[in-house]
Amino acid sequence: MVTKQIGKPQNRVDGRDKVTGRARYAAEFSATDLAYGVVVSSAIAKGKIKEMDTSEALRVEGVLDIFTSENRPKLASYDSSFQDEDAPPGSPFRPLFNRDILFNMQPIALVVAETYELARYAASLVKVEYETEEHVTNFEAERTNAYEPEEYKSTPPPDPWGKPETALKEAEHRISEVYSHPSQHHNPMEMHASTAIWEGDGRITVYDKIQGVLNSQEYIMGVFGLAKEDVRVLSPFVGGAFGSGLRPQYQLFMAVMATLELKRSVRVVLTRPQMFSFGHRPKTVQQLSLGASADGTLEAVVHHAFAETSRFEDYSEDVIIWPGVLYKCENVKLSHKLVGLDVYTPLDMRAPGGTTGIFALECAIDELSYKVGMDPVEFRLKNYSVKDQNVNKPFSSKELQECYRQGAELFGWKNRNPQPRSMREGHNLIGWGVANGAWEATQKPSGAKAVLTKEGKLTVSSATADIGTGTYTIMSQIAAECMGLPIENVEFKLGDSSLPQSPLEGGSWTASTVGSAVKLVCEKLGEKLLELAQESDDSPFKEVSIEEVEFTDGQMRLKEDTSVAIPLTQLLKENQKDSVQVEAESKPADEQENYSPYSHSVVFVEVNVDEDLGTIKVTRVVSAVAGGRILNPKTAWSQILGGVVWGIGMALEEYSVMDHQYGRFINHDLAEYHVPVNADVHDVEVIFVDEEDQIVNPLGVKGLGEIGIVSVAPAIANAVYHATGKRVRDLPITLDKVM
Amino acid sequence: MTKISVTVNGTAQTHEVEPRQLLVYYLREKLGLTGTHIGCDTSSCGACTVHMDGMAVKSCSILAVQADGCEITTIEGLAKGDQLHPVQEGFKECHGLQCGFCTPGMIMSATDLLQNNPDPTEEDIRHALEGNICRCTGYHNIVRSIQWAAEKMKTSARALDGAPVSTSPVYASVNLNQQQQV
Amino acid sequence: MKPFTYTRADDITSAVSEVSQQEGAKVIAGGTNLLDLMKIDVMQPRHLIDITRLALNTIEETAQGGLLLGALVTNADTAYHEQVEQRYPLLSHAILAGATAQLRNKATDGGNLLQRTRCYYFYDTHTACNKREPGTGCSAIHGYNRIHAILGHSEHCIATHPSDMAVALAALEARIHVTGPRGERTIPIADFHRLPGDTPEKDTNLADDEIITSIELPSKGFAQHYTYLKNRDRASYAFALVSVAAGLDMEGDTIQEARIALGGVAHKPWRNPEAEALLIGKRASRENFQPVADAYVQKAKGFEHNSFKIELACRSIVRALMQAAKIDQ
Repeated sequence: MVTKQIGKPQNRVDGRDKVTGRARYAAEFSATDLAYGVVVSSAIAKGKIKEMDTSEALRVEGVLDIFTSENRPKLASYDSSFQDEDAPPGSPFRPLFNRDILFNMQPIALVVAETYELARYAASLVKVEYETEEHVTNFEAERTNAYEPEEYKSTPPPDPWGKPETALKEAEHRISEVYSHPSQHHNPMEMHASTAIWEGDGRITVYDKIQGVLNSQEYIMGVFGLAKEDVRVLSPFVGGAFGSGLRPQYQLFMAVMATLELKRSVRVVLTRPQMFSFGHRPKTVQQLSLGASADGTLEAVVHHAFAETSRFEDYSEDVIIWPGVLYKCENVKLSHKLVGLDVYTPLDMRAPGGTTGIFALECAIDELSYKVGMDPVEFRLKNYSVKDQNVNKPFSSKELQECYRQGAELFGWKNRNPQPRSMREGHNLIGWGVANGAWEATQKPSGAKAVLTKEGKLTVSSATADIGTGTYTIMSQIAAECMGLPIENVEFKLGDSSLPQSPLEGGSWTASTVGSAVKLVCEKLGEKLLELAQESDDSPFKEVSIEEVEFTDGQMRLKEDTSVAIPLTQLLKENQKDSVQVEAESKPADEQENYSPYSHSVVFVEVNVDEDLGTIKVTRVVSAVAGGRILNPKTAWSQILGGVVWGIGMALEEYSVMDHQYGRFINHDLAEYHVPVNADVHDVEVIFVDEEDQIVNPLGVKGLGEIGIVSVAPAIANAVYHATGKRVRDLPITLDKVM
Repeated sequence: MTKISVTVNGTAQTHEVEPRQLLVYYLREKLGLTGTHIGCDTSSCGACTVHMDGMAVKSCSILAVQADGCEITTIEGLAKGDQLHPVQEGFKECHGLQCGFCTPGMIMSATDLLQNNPDPTEEDIRHALEGNICRCTGYHNIVRSIQWAAEKMKTSARALDGAPVSTSPVYASVNLNQQQQV
Repeated sequence: MKPFTYTRADDITSAVSEVSQQEGAKVIAGGTNLLDLMKIDVMQPRHLIDITRLALNTIEETAQGGLLLGALVTNADTAYHEQVEQRYPLLSHAILAGATAQLRNKATDGGNLLQRTRCYYFYDTHTACNKREPGTGCSAIHGYNRIHAILGHSEHCIATHPSDMAVALAALEARIHVTGPRGERTIPIADFHRLPGDTPEKDTNLADDEIITSIELPSKGFAQHYTYLKNRDRASYAFALVSVAAGLDMEGDTIQEARIALGGVAHKPWRNPEAEALLIGKRASRENFQPVADAYVQKAKGFEHNSFKIELACRSIVRALMQAAKIDQ
């Protein structure tokens, strides 16, 4: 029997630890004499600290020290030392650097005490006087000063092609509308935390909430001038992140600083309000003009995006590339400008740019389909693209048509009456909407290590992360299948800076990136095992090449004659090896350069809208995904479901409210920043269509972290239109906008 | 400092605590029971749910001194040795978790629900768990996990009653339904 | 959290004497709101008197045919109590529409009435708030006021009361029994909560040294014709934008008595007896409900972000009455 692991609905290998409370997160590692740090946040958005009086706080018995810009240790002096792997162009924020206040809730002091209760209390006794300057947080007011950054963090807007203005003017049907969404915060369930453990002799071990331990390690080395061997960063479990853990957040800086200064272990956990102080999905306003001919051919796209950024970094994301990815159009013009505000720099949040741009584009396409008088699905299929026009390359694979076919059938789309307000049940207007989307399927370089012991246990490792996505599980599956071992004999290790390098977990690239590295290292291990077998002269494997052997059922055997086999345990024992170890570094193949790799999805949505009260219920969702090879249906299904519910949140609920009187996000807790609750969710069906892709990476996998969310909000907005006849172009679609 | 005596996961504990120490910090910092998580500290997320005298409560909204004389069960006390509680097993089998941070609180709420309502509908579950926020799973598999557990608990209850037990447990079909989507 | 001392009261008399004699003393029961506010220094008691073990945790019949809910009965025990479910289903429904299972297991009926507002600014000590710090100003009036009051507000405060339970109690005309150093007294629910006026720091007419002992439900429970309608920004676990507790006493399709209380619109549950009286002797119909709804919001005044509540309240009243009268499609 061949040990098939890839594609199996394997339960999570970390499931038991997580249901018993044994999985430990960054705030759950302890140390002798652990001290507790609490961060003091600024009360103003812009200005200077005139005076900070810590004397009363210092008098509290049990307070060990209070760190401010006045007494902090010497830090690195160049921006580059503070720039992390995910830093946008600009000058990164430096905690406690000086008295300047750049944004509201800026960390301005750290109180360290013997207990958490004492630290929290003492933090409330720190008195701060400010020299307040006028802040600008009003996006609309500042939009007139929007600018094109010198350097984009995202893809720079492609040059226009065709004659967009003329084509638009001459088009038979036109729409020109403005779409927007507010700032939103990631709000993973785990609040950002770091436990820095003093190991003596200037060495520290840090448990950090981060989407890539190497990013934290490099940051600490750069900012505090520590050598690599003196800093080890661990992050075995992460309580969700969604982008919030891409950059080292200030709790890491604080915990490390205090540990180095006090020569004592320190833990710093942010509060939920402080989770609103270090990056968010930027408020974005998009102006979209589309033109179509009488027969429904998309003739022109003019797409301008305005998105918020901070005063010190130019954050940008891929908002305007989607027309070129999703539709065939001869005349396109795109621009992306930034609006600088006195806020912290925005930060990649699940499908950054994609959810934003696709929301606007897919609502506009829906509006245009109504102008043309075509079914929205038919209209999209008519303008289907087979190449990415932004870069003029074919897709590595694109089974989007199959998504439409299967999705529409399961949803029952053919029974739809296009007329808005044509379906109702009692007070409820019922609407059906659709949208499609895409997300880039990237592979990045990554290392991995494999160790096989004579007991037949395989340990594979890489410094990647598992932020809940299932990295532990799918990597174990890949390794188990490659080496023909039962999954119980395989352990995958991650979240440790001493392991082979791997990029941040983000961008939906971990399955493809780390998966390819795991596959490669297992292949190398196979080669090494074959060499080992060939060391003995009478080996039946003496003259065979690696292509002629396979690993299965714990054995290495000949493909042609499976009776020629040797158990791996026996192979190691016969050669007096306790273990065999290999390392490998995988890189994307050159061939990928010639293609544009994307995953695709179509989402069909049914909403019920109370005609009088405006309450909206998403009663049915069908999400059909072309995401390459599915490594594990259970983890994959869950990723898409989670994405769908994020889409519901984005469409109907999530809104970080900026109060311009204070320049402060004012609904900064989970009571008033609404994320979807269990009762918001109803029927959700997920379809993965077959999609073979031999180009995207050696596994043919595309990643599923973001593709699940991108099409959901526009599909909901379109369904709300179909139900009510009202186009709501400003998210979230709360009841007051439809009643 | 105030002296308190509480029984936590069946073990009697006596400690001097500051009145302002919240139960959740007592459990995590004093007793090292870090399976009870903190997701907001302001009673909004449910990650810190434990049982106090058999009822689900948010341990971030109770002072440790208020728990004096009470019985507390945390996620660490739910399994019997190596034998997981059916709700724990359900979450593991039905993929009712991703990052796992909300999971202990979710499980503690779910076990309380099943004590009061052994046969909840999907709607019952979605409303009963309103106080537990999950940001990863989209909740669907959480509902399935609890249905799975309810089925398993009924099956074992029937077995204890001496009634015939189906050899192919009903929960298998819950799983199969899920796989058909794939 | 500021340091405080803690004692557990053995009887109501000693609790009363402690709360009246010790400076900065505050009673704690379920603590589900108080502790949250203490964590962020919005409330800073110096001494807590834990009354949770006093014998105020029973539900009993009254001589007048009503029910007496002990102040320490939990919200969960109240909502699921057989007598409450059968005779006062409006109350059960309202309680279950609020908070979450874990909080209802801990929160008490007395404490529910004493919840503080959920105004963002009240919760953020770095902003001005007359309720939290009298004289500093109201940030909500010119700030983000989506969840704020449209009725009974003042230039000093536009906060709303967050309780669902209290809205049902207002419709049921419950009576609040309290005790204090000056003895016992009874406060009708209509007089229990206050409008902000120029003293928004005072939520209720309960004196600082008084303790709620019980809540009395009159015999009339509107168990045949009632509804609790709650509009909010997600399907559960959110405070009401507008809620309506409605109870009708009907003979055939003619209304004998109507009670309508609104939540989420004012500093207290909002009643308008004159408007209710419009329904007496009228047939239950949308046409007859509309003028009542209009009368309820006649004096309503919204702010930049919450004017929609006026129309929402109006439509919700009509819907709630239709549901209560069972003539809703």
